Amino acid sequence: MTRRILQRAVELKQETLVLEFEQLYELTQYPHWGAYVTSDIKEVMEEFNRTHGVKSALRVTIADIRDKERPPRMRSGEPMQAMLKAFDQCAAAGADILSIESTGGKELTDRALLDGDLGGLVYGLGVLAANDMAYLWDHIVEIAHRHRVIAGGDTACGFANTAMQLAHQRMLPKVLAAVVRLMAAPRSLVAIERGATGPLKDCAYENPILKAISGVPISMEGKTSACAHSSPYGNLAAAVCDLWSNESVQDVKLLSGYTPEIFTEMLIYDCRLMNTALRQNAGGIMRDLLVQSDHKMDIQSLVMDLEVCFEAARRIKESGADSYARTLAMTRLALEVLMKAYQDNVVEFSRSETRWLKQLNEAVQSLPTEPGELRNHLKAEYISLFIPAEYGLWN
Amino acid sequence: MEAILQAIYDGIIDGNKDQVTAKVQEALDSGLPPEIILNQGMVAAMTEVGRLFEEGEYFVPEMLVAARAMQAGLALLKPKLVQADVKAAGKVVAGTVKGDLHDIGKNLVCMMLEGASFEIIDLGSDVSPEQFVEAVQAHKADIVAMSALLTTTMPNMKVTIDALKAAGIRDKVKVMVGGAPVTPEFAREIGADGTAPDASQAVTLAKSLIGI
Repeated sequence: MTRRILQRAVELKQETLVLEFEQLYELTQYPHWGAYVTSDIKEVMEEFNRTHGVKSALRVTIADIRDKERPPRMRSGEPMQAMLKAFDQCAAAGADILSIESTGGKELTDRALLDGDLGGLVYGLGVLAANDMAYLWDHIVEIAHRHRVIAGGDTACGFANTAMQLAHQRMLPKVLAAVVRLMAAPRSLVAIERGATGPLKDCAYENPILKAISGVPISMEGKTSACAHSSPYGNLAAAVCDLWSNESVQDVKLLSGYTPEIFTEMLIYDCRLMNTALRQNAGGIMRDLLVQSDHKMDIQSLVMDLEVCFEAARRIKESGADSYARTLAMTRLALEVLMKAYQDNVVEFSRSETRWLKQLNEAVQSLPTEPGELRNHLKAEYISLFIPAEYGLWN
Repeated sequence: MEAILQAIYDGIIDGNKDQVTAKVQEALDSGLPPEIILNQGMVAAMTEVGRLFEEGEYFVPEMLVAARAMQAGLALLKPKLVQADVKAAGKVVAGTVKGDLHDIGKNLVCMMLEGASFEIIDLGSDVSPEQFVEAVQAHKADIVAMSALLTTTMPNMKVTIDALKAAGIRDKVKVMVGGAPVTPEFAREIGADGTAPDASQAVTLAKSLIGI
């Protein structure tokens, strides 16, 4: 697969690219397996550098295998140790960028999503996820520094993209998915605060907010990740990207070749267009066209409008250092944006979406400013879903 | 519909657990047969919930709230149903296949099947073929419902079907499969009896598979 991708890059005169090796559960559970595959991929990349001058970097994304147990042991269990070994061994084996789609708090947020429970989502993201990110990324950054590789970044894929996909399948209202999208940004920001430098992971649609705050480069996916999932902002996602991605694609043969190199070609053409726009001082126009083609087409794209991303960045900064406060601020901002769009008739809200918009708008008013107070008001069954000590919380 | 059954029906649609339990108790006290309460009050309501979901009026949260209201009423009704020898519509062994931890879809299907009066044996996620076989044998299940979200774990659906064959029980149970990557063609190829695109249609499929 690597060889075919790089061969297509050579044919299309693409001199630079990043390949991502995202591990399945077993490749992280047995770190030497993942390291073996990493070194194999890297060997092919180095060969193409020697023979064709292609400059490439390898992002290795370790699987968050703590998720298998419920309630998960985020710090104390074997899975965490295996993950750290996987980071270490893959960095030694040739990974240039270390990443993960971590799932701290997901045991609560999955349940809260299905219940449409805003309090559960705020606590899951603003407290559990953020605490876990801080703990995990301190370790990842240390490993990256030791091996002189890049601590790339994390993504709220398991939270906001889960919500997006459930909305696409009409299991959840789009307004809820839109709110979760903004709510997830503070949690992803923690990786940067602990030392991740980007390029951030592609499936983090919240990346423009993080870039606005920190300036780190971001990888994004949108229309070219339709092979993996649908998204309501396929063009908008490219507007301020530094790397453009296709997520993961099933390796099947089509008329012109196998799908990984076919999607590589599509990405190369998109990047050619974007780089040409930059060179001709039309980058701003290109950016605006990408935004304007999408931003009023779907409820979810309303919150990913770059103006909203800037405001989100501003409010996160204003909220101070506490992730709970930031997450609450993002919840309020998302609902303000959606209510205004509803009142101004910017996007169509169905009867059920309207009902949900009003319900969530009411629910956010009663969310406490202190996480401890929110925890006291969480449903009893939510408390049993997580182990407080595994998040550095004490009963 | 009798007023009390209507109140149970409305309570489930609205997810009002208190109303459902109060009215189920009232219906039992008034001497209404438990199977009437079940079928006309509760199963009918969950069927309507399924319809509202398919039409986009309800989402999963509303379905869950309705299902919980029904379960609260069912807790009162079950002993009476057992006494009256009223059987479940069928027994379903459900699980996400080996190597796959995604369980949202499977949980929704279980919930809707329970709402349609099926008895559910939920094996959870990452379920081995052997575990499916053991559960079918132990519970004399009518249906096996398997879920997978990854193309890399889908093949374990066929492995499980083969395990059912090897255990000599494939012809005693219907197999339904589901999950985002599962297609009708795939279901046919692996020898499953059917697939449904969502939890609501899974109930229709389950009923048709056992001829009710």
